[in-house]
Amino acid sequence: MATFSTNEFKPGLKVLLDGDPCSILDNEFVKPGKGQAFNRVKLRNLLNGRVWERTFKSGESLEAADVMETDMSYLYSDGEFWHFMKTDGSFEQFPADKAAVADALNWLKEEDVYVVTLYNGNPISVTPPNFVEIEVVETDPGLKGDTAQGGSKPATLASGAVVKVPLFVNIGDVLRVDTRTGEYQNRVR
Amino acid sequence: MRWQPDAALNTLRLRARLLARVRDFFAERDVLEVETPLMCQATGTDPHLDALALELAPGDWRYLQTSPEFAMKRLLAAGSGPIYQLCKAFRRDESGQRHNPEFTMLEWYRPGFDDGQLIDEVAALMATCLPSSLPDAGEIARISYRDLFRQSLQIDPFSASDTELLACARRHTDVEGMSLSRDDTLNLLMALVIEPQLQEPVFVVEFPASQAALAQIIQDQHGSPVARRFELFVAGMELANGYLELTDSTEQARRFAADNHQRKAAGLPVRPVDARLLAALEHGLPLCAGVALGFDRLVMLAAGATHIREVLSFVADNA
Repeated sequence: MATFSTNEFKPGLKVLLDGDPCSILDNEFVKPGKGQAFNRVKLRNLLNGRVWERTFKSGESLEAADVMETDMSYLYSDGEFWHFMKTDGSFEQFPADKAAVADALNWLKEEDVYVVTLYNGNPISVTPPNFVEIEVVETDPGLKGDTAQGGSKPATLASGAVVKVPLFVNIGDVLRVDTRTGEYQNRVR
Repeated sequence: MRWQPDAALNTLRLRARLLARVRDFFAERDVLEVETPLMCQATGTDPHLDALALELAPGDWRYLQTSPEFAMKRLLAAGSGPIYQLCKAFRRDESGQRHNPEFTMLEWYRPGFDDGQLIDEVAALMATCLPSSLPDAGEIARISYRDLFRQSLQIDPFSASDTELLACARRHTDVEGMSLSRDDTLNLLMALVIEPQLQEPVFVVEFPASQAALAQIIQDQHGSPVARRFELFVAGMELANGYLELTDSTEQARRFAADNHQRKAAGLPVRPVDARLLAALEHGLPLCAGVALGFDRLVMLAAGATHIREVLSFVADNA
């Protein structure tokens, strides 16, 4: 297995720490006037999303983690797993469990493309695009003509997410939503 | 394609003014500017400095200097009198917020000075280049390595056992399972815990003898062997490192051998010792004090920069 030395630690590099795959966020080189140098490294544990800070002696190395970020389209859920398929024409399918799908669950729409992170070939996380377009399946009736005034109401999307929307939005409208904040952007149709 | 410089042009102008000010400072004091080779046949043995090498001709390897110390000492032994140099130095695998693999060093030597007199001169240079960074009273504080550790960590770096030091390091940092020698532990505490606290300018003096590098060793008032070495810290950053220079060629050869022994144990390449330096010391190096100051960091302080790239025309990644 490949290893990376502290001087190769760059943001985005995937390594194994305490057996867990991690993505390096930041690497700070610290050296006293004379003597041993150290690296203070910030890493995100890709299994639980937690951020770790670790100090290493400069020159120490970590094993590379077999982590790949792959574009896949969402197919369907069987209740236990959410099934994705590679978009590279291979038709290869991967079942992601609830822990891997996590918050992306709010934004799943069949045939849309997501970034699925594979660790040793298994999905460990699903990242939605920054913006998704999803239909409203439930909300109070829209107020005709009230397109400019303030005020908002909750609306449930086909994916299950509940977002705050302006009063004029109706069931059947397709909305553009920012998945990072969960905020309504505009009505697409 | 990114081609633009890293430093703002105004910062490069400030840098040029500081270079001129440093040269004026030494001209007024009759210290001679010198230049020594960047490509050398020998390099330092310090296990924690990794020199870059290049092949001048097939099989003829030269080290890029990690500091101009050895060549400048040969000039001193030849009777140069006081000398200074502004030059590039190179260190492999040193890159970060305050490090670039090639950087600018200001190094000077004062025959007839002891370390205390040289500290005064460093303070005078600071007053010239960075008047705003000095405390209101104008005087830069001095503290011994022992008192610094006592004040910051309530531990005596000379009398504490290895186990006590390691326990202290584990309390203050996250080095649970790391194998650390006594000096590694002290360096860890210094670099990670104490250094960031040294915001006001301060000279740290009387380092443990094990961290003497090329400084003379004496007994302090507690009977501990201490190095006549000092470091200047400003704004949580090490800026300069100086010594009352070792002049004894036998002791110098012994320290080279000890470094190489440590290199071997750590699986690092053993460095050929600089026979020309030893020959010069044998001839006779005048009693002198010398100091190296990171010029890029001086510019960082003057410019209020937090990353070294802000004061370099082109940082290593953009070179």
